[in-house]
Amino acid sequence: MNKLSDTLGRFGGVNLLPVALAAIAFVLIGAPSSWVTLTIAGLSMGMMVFLMASGLSLVFGLMDVLNFGHSAFISFGAFVAASVLAALGGWLDGDNIMLASAALGLALLAAIAFGLAAGLFFETVIIRPVYRDHLRQILITMGALIVSEQIILAIWGGTPMTVPRPAFLHGAWIIGDVSIEIYRVFAFGLGLAVFIGLMVLLNRTRVGLLIRAGVENREMVEALGFKIDRLFIGVFMLGSALAALGGAMWAGYETLITPALGGEMMIVVFIVVIIGGLGSIEGTLLGAIIVGLTANYIGYLAPKLALASNMILMMAILMWRPSGLRPAVK
Amino acid sequence: MTLLSVRDMKTDIGQYAVLHGVSFDVNEGGVFVLLGRNGAGKTTTLRSIMGLWKPSPGSVTFQGEEISGMATADIARKNIAYVPENMGIFGGLTIEENLVLATAKGKFDQTRLSRIYDLFPALEKFWTKQAWSLSGGQKQMLAVARAIVEPRALILIDEPTKGLAPSIVAAMGEAFREIAQSTTILLVEQNFNFARSLGRDMAVIDDGRVVHQGAMADFAADAELQGRLLGLSA
Repeated sequence: MNKLSDTLGRFGGVNLLPVALAAIAFVLIGAPSSWVTLTIAGLSMGMMVFLMASGLSLVFGLMDVLNFGHSAFISFGAFVAASVLAALGGWLDGDNIMLASAALGLALLAAIAFGLAAGLFFETVIIRPVYRDHLRQILITMGALIVSEQIILAIWGGTPMTVPRPAFLHGAWIIGDVSIEIYRVFAFGLGLAVFIGLMVLLNRTRVGLLIRAGVENREMVEALGFKIDRLFIGVFMLGSALAALGGAMWAGYETLITPALGGEMMIVVFIVVIIGGLGSIEGTLLGAIIVGLTANYIGYLAPKLALASNMILMMAILMWRPSGLRPAVK
Repeated sequence: MTLLSVRDMKTDIGQYAVLHGVSFDVNEGGVFVLLGRNGAGKTTTLRSIMGLWKPSPGSVTFQGEEISGMATADIARKNIAYVPENMGIFGGLTIEENLVLATAKGKFDQTRLSRIYDLFPALEKFWTKQAWSLSGGQKQMLAVARAIVEPRALILIDEPTKGLAPSIVAAMGEAFREIAQSTTILLVEQNFNFARSLGRDMAVIDDGRVVHQGAMADFAADAELQGRLLGLSA
């Protein structure tokens, strides 16, 4: 294993894993057009999962909080965005790209705003009393998740809800034999923009520096004169907003959503956070891309293995790197 | 003039009572050394002063103001710096980032930075390296540099020589001597020779209580007292 790590390190380290995965898949799939379609689908799925998972990774890394209620933000984000899009349905149907873009922007902003507000409430009322107590955190956040799902059922009902998409995100670009779904490109672009934004925040600002330091050693951040509690609230709100944004994007991707959406995605989100390395945004992106690509490649090559592919992937990576691919330094 | 006054400080960690009523005074300027055997309560005393363990009851006054019960961040803002036993550096951050985090406004005072470079040249050499890649001695230098990157009234330093090579310990001693010319240092130290070379005043803690306080010169001259309180042989 050490020899494998050294060899990988010389050629770019774990960052090259998605490239290696894609190369192996290219050989196994055989058809270049299918491979391109699957790769783009995997990358866009990875980016949407990254949006949902990055907040959870930061929250766990910085606050040491096991938030099983994270999926509630994903579900709420999806339903809030879907409701805004449904209410502005008239803006989506016409040929006016500006109006359709405005509707999409408002839907995503509504999801983000809801995530921020819900995150503030969740951190203050539910999480704060159970800091440093993992068992209680699991119990209370699981309880909050159940309550949240019931609230969604009460508001939106149990019938699957259709999510309208703006006309300009319908369809696919056909380049030769390759079909590239437009919504997937949009999801990839948005995920990439959020990743760049997070990297700028974490690496180019004082708040980001504090977050990175806090992930490593909360006590020392306080001993330097910073109130970590305020940082906790900010990070929790950011994480919740990202989850809601991820949920909103996933809703547009699936186009039919149920209250169980968040719970279903949560397994993938946890796998991504674990294999990426807790507290690391780069690790979360890497984990999400690998999970997205693996799910799509395996779904094509061996559909019967698709359900188990993420678990097998997690086991293989944890056997190789027990702390994940790119954990934050502790 | 008394800078820090600790009175009847009692600290429990979980169900264990660690400090049973620690009292001592630190005068302004120079190095005050807290001595004591392993597990006597020295580290807990520093952590309690910083508010990292919550002492009760008792009182801790700094520059005449009660700081016991304050949040750690508020205590640190009184210009008190803390260098913990494990150094507390942020391994994923560069040396520059570790130091800039300790500045008040996110910018370096160039005069102070030059002084840090003079005291610890290795830090300038590895300025952009991540702190986890430094040697143990360099990490300790970084931890101390972080404490002096801003003007401080008091620096609490917990066992800075632990596990360091003799040459690094000597360099650290020189650095502390210079730092103590402008700042008061409250030093917890097990290495008695190192402590003796630096300390002006001292106290010995045993079983969570201060059992002796006085001038270091007097304590260093009393082999019988050293043997009785610290287990040192003549």
